[in-house]
This record gives sequence, C-alpha cells and structure tokens, in this order.
Amino acid sequence: MAELFQMGKYGAYVWSSYGIALVVMGYVAIKPLFDKKAIFKELTMKYRREEKS
Amino acid sequence: MMKAIMKFIYQFASPKHFYRISGKLIPWFGWIAALLIIVGSIDGLFFAPVDYQQGDSYRIIFIHVPAAWMSMFIYMVMASAGAIGLIWKIKLADVVASSSAPIGAAFTFLALVTGSIWGKPMWGAWWVWDARLTSELILLFLYLGFMALESAIEDPRAASRACAILAIVGVINIPIIHYSVEWWNTLHQGATITKLDKPSIHISMLIPLLLMALGFKLYYASVVLIRARNKVLYAEQNNGWVKEIVKQS
Repeated sequence: MAELFQMGKYGAYVWSSYGIALVVMGYVAIKPLFDKKAIFKELTMKYRREEKS
Repeated sequence: MMKAIMKFIYQFASPKHFYRISGKLIPWFGWIAALLIIVGSIDGLFFAPVDYQQGDSYRIIFIHVPAAWMSMFIYMVMASAGAIGLIWKIKLADVVASSSAPIGAAFTFLALVTGSIWGKPMWGAWWVWDARLTSELILLFLYLGFMALESAIEDPRAASRACAILAIVGVINIPIIHYSVEWWNTLHQGATITKLDKPSIHISMLIPLLLMALGFKLYYASVVLIRARNKVLYAEQNNGWVKEIVKQS
C-alpha cells in the first residue's frame, strides 16, 4: 500500500499533479452551480419587486 | 428538406429551446464524465505498467496530455463559436465562446503545471523556453486576454465582436503548438498519438489515456452547458419563459 503512494521515488510529483487537477477541475465545475443559485435568487427578488409596482 | 434543416438549426439558436435541451443533457454528460475520469485515473495510477525509462513519474501523462488536448480543442470551439456569432449574429454562439474561455484557460494552466512538475524530475528543470512549452504559454495568455477583453468592454455585443476577432486571430497558435515538435529542435517529445501513423504507445497505457481524454471532453461539455445556461437565463430575464422557470423553482 505504501509503495503505491510512493510511486517509486516520484510520489510528490505524481500526487501533486493529480491533486492540483482535482482542485482546479472541481472548482471550475462547482462554481457555475453556485452562480445559478445566485441568479435564481436575484431574479426572484426582481420579479417580486416588479409585481408590487 | 432545406427548410427542415434550417428549422432544426434555428431551434438550437433559440435560447428557450437551448435552455430546455441542455438541461436534459447536462446530467448525462456530467455523470459519465465523472465515471470515465475515475476509472481512467485508477487504471493510470495503479494498473498501467511502470515505464522502463521514467518509472512511475510518467503517470502524470494521464492528466497532462488530456489537459493539453482539451486546451487546444476548447480554443477551436471558442474561435468557431466566435466566428459563427460574428458572421450570423447568433447570440447563443457568443454565449458558448464566452462560457468556454475559463474552462479552456483552466486546462491550459493544468497542462503547463503538470508538465512543469513532470519536467523537474525528468529534465531537471521546471521550465524551458522550448517551442511547445512557449506556444502553450501563449495559448494561456490568449485565453486570459479573451476573458480580460470581455470584461473590459461594456456593451455586450461589442465585447463579443472584439473577443471573437481575438480568438480567430489566435487560431494560428494551434497548429504552431501541434507542429512545434516537428518544426523545431525541441526538448518536449514528439508525437506518439496525434499523427497519421499507428500510435507508438503501448495499449496498456493508451487505454487509460483515452478514457481520461473522453472523460475530460464530456466534463467540458457539461460545464460549458451549465455556464451557458446561466448566461442565457440572465440575458433573457425579461422574457416570459424565464419568469416561468424562476417562479417554478
């Protein structure tokens, strides 16, 4: 099990590469989902204001 | 027949139809992408054989090469969408171009960073100004330039026009990146897959590579659709169909 994570002597290089990829791709995928919530919130408020006036 | 084809195309250009259809596609693209990336990573990290020259460090290839392929593929999509928006004034094309830019920039960044991390143990250097590395770095600048230009111009139509022209002019960089290893004396290795010959990589390494490549493509497809839907919804906020959708949520 330990040798798997050591990757010969290249563990730091291999795992940091995969780790950075996970963080970057994770952020790029998740951010638009948060943006969608924000848009729905903003538009809901806007439509409510318009209905009152 | 021609009428039917044009009707089909105009349907895609309609924001309302795009919103509906993309909503159905995103879960499929997303979950299959996740599956392919997980399987490809596990295969590449733990099952693909060790390289006789590079040992286990070569496993970075399963991130590095698909990321580099995506950096170029997304750029071509972005430039094509920009051209379509410029020529036929289809707003949705501009939305696709704009939605693609940050994803393409992220993959370019990943290709450069994983390449650098791989280069340190293999070449002894984090960076060399060789033709391929330099042209890939320029690709990153093109993506960032596209995003900066878009936020710098207030009128959305003028912004899309300017960005489309930037993207189209930058297309010349793509063949430069691809052929750099042939045209110049480079440290970066030559083509083993994207050439007319049979791939010179072993099948046990090719399979995880292709799984990751396909996974990354579907990942891009799902994320660009999520981003584009957001922009379409916001841009069309004064239309009835958007009010319906927001009210129903």
